[in-house]
Amino acid sequence: MTISTTTPGRAAVRPPQGWLRFAAPQQFYPLAGQLAPWFAALAALLAAAGLYIGFFVAPTDFQQGEVYRVIFIHVPAAWMSMFIYLIMAFWSAVGLVMNTRLSFIVSQALAPTGAMFCFVALWTGALWGKPTWGAYWVWDARLTSQLLLLFLYFGFIALTRAIEDPRRADRAGAVLALVGAVNVPIIYFSVQWWNTLHQGASVSIAKAPSMATIMLVGMLLMALAAWMYSIAVALWRVRALILERERHTEWVGAVLEAEAKAAGGVR
Amino acid sequence: MKARNKRLLLVGGGVALLVAAVALVLSAFQQNLVFFHTPSEVVAGKAPVGRTFRIGGMVEAGSIKREADGLTVNFAITDTAKVIPVSYRGTLPDLFQEGKGAVVQGTLGPDGRFVASEVLAKHDENYMPVEAQYALDQAHEAARTVQQ
Repeated sequence: MTISTTTPGRAAVRPPQGWLRFAAPQQFYPLAGQLAPWFAALAALLAAAGLYIGFFVAPTDFQQGEVYRVIFIHVPAAWMSMFIYLIMAFWSAVGLVMNTRLSFIVSQALAPTGAMFCFVALWTGALWGKPTWGAYWVWDARLTSQLLLLFLYFGFIALTRAIEDPRRADRAGAVLALVGAVNVPIIYFSVQWWNTLHQGASVSIAKAPSMATIMLVGMLLMALAAWMYSIAVALWRVRALILERERHTEWVGAVLEAEAKAAGGVR
Repeated sequence: MKARNKRLLLVGGGVALLVAAVALVLSAFQQNLVFFHTPSEVVAGKAPVGRTFRIGGMVEAGSIKREADGLTVNFAITDTAKVIPVSYRGTLPDLFQEGKGAVVQGTLGPDGRFVASEVLAKHDENYMPVEAQYALDQAHEAARTVQQ
């Protein structure tokens, strides 16, 4: 298939060259389809290695015993929930400034995955809190701000789905994503700024990790797995959103026809 | 100025204003965001009087004493500067130990004794294998023997 690069009457607008051309949904759709399975495979490998180290290799903790093993799920999920929100805010800002449709699509594709990780972090934290602290839930600054993050995710998803006109939905969601991003540093630094029941960070850029190396390796493998999983799932969701939004265009018609033909050939 | 730059300025300015507003709100609510008070703050009279609040600190070594009924526990909580005696009736979390962090919730009696209705163990951010802790204890023990 050839794509005409010049449009009569719009000769002044040069189509973007290099990797910027993937900002066009039509160009990004096949790229995402090619990349997603690789990220999914990496996620599966890393998660298998991380879980094996976490549950079979890493030793028992001196204070908490076996219950500490929740960190192999809890910490990567919590990191991912914060990081995904920042990425959503970044693409929202890019979308608002540059008027690129794909940016909004990417931030909306990330939201459900971020909400899922946020829920997992809260849920595993509660299960860990009962035997360790003696309570499933306390209203300290860390837990409360993380709960707020979950509501921000729900709010973002609800807002972008509730508005019919995709351009207005994109803009409203982007503003909410930017406003909510202020909460992320609050979550991260809450354990330093205020007295909280939640312990401080075991791993940070500023200091050496206060954790045995093999435990750390398991946790970092799981964190990488969470990254790869998020990228894979987001790419697939971006493809679905692109098809939905561009369903009236010629190229989507051609893609769907080709896929139907391929599926028919297999049968 | 290009429209794109104008939008960049608008978005950037909006976010900057928002961050400033949130920073002001947080610093105004500084006191309310604190999950617990330290024993020093309580002694200095900075803790709320007549209503429930929390004290956080270390359970002083050798201070845990159980009463004859088997349910009531007396112990002292400290931040190494000041010590607050605590009474509590109920079950304690597994990680509640002498020399470890704890957060107690309750009210301060007129005699200076804190009557707790809830005790939470505060965990630290250190994770290590049982053998490593054993080795550390051995090293401390050896150092003490050498000093004597």
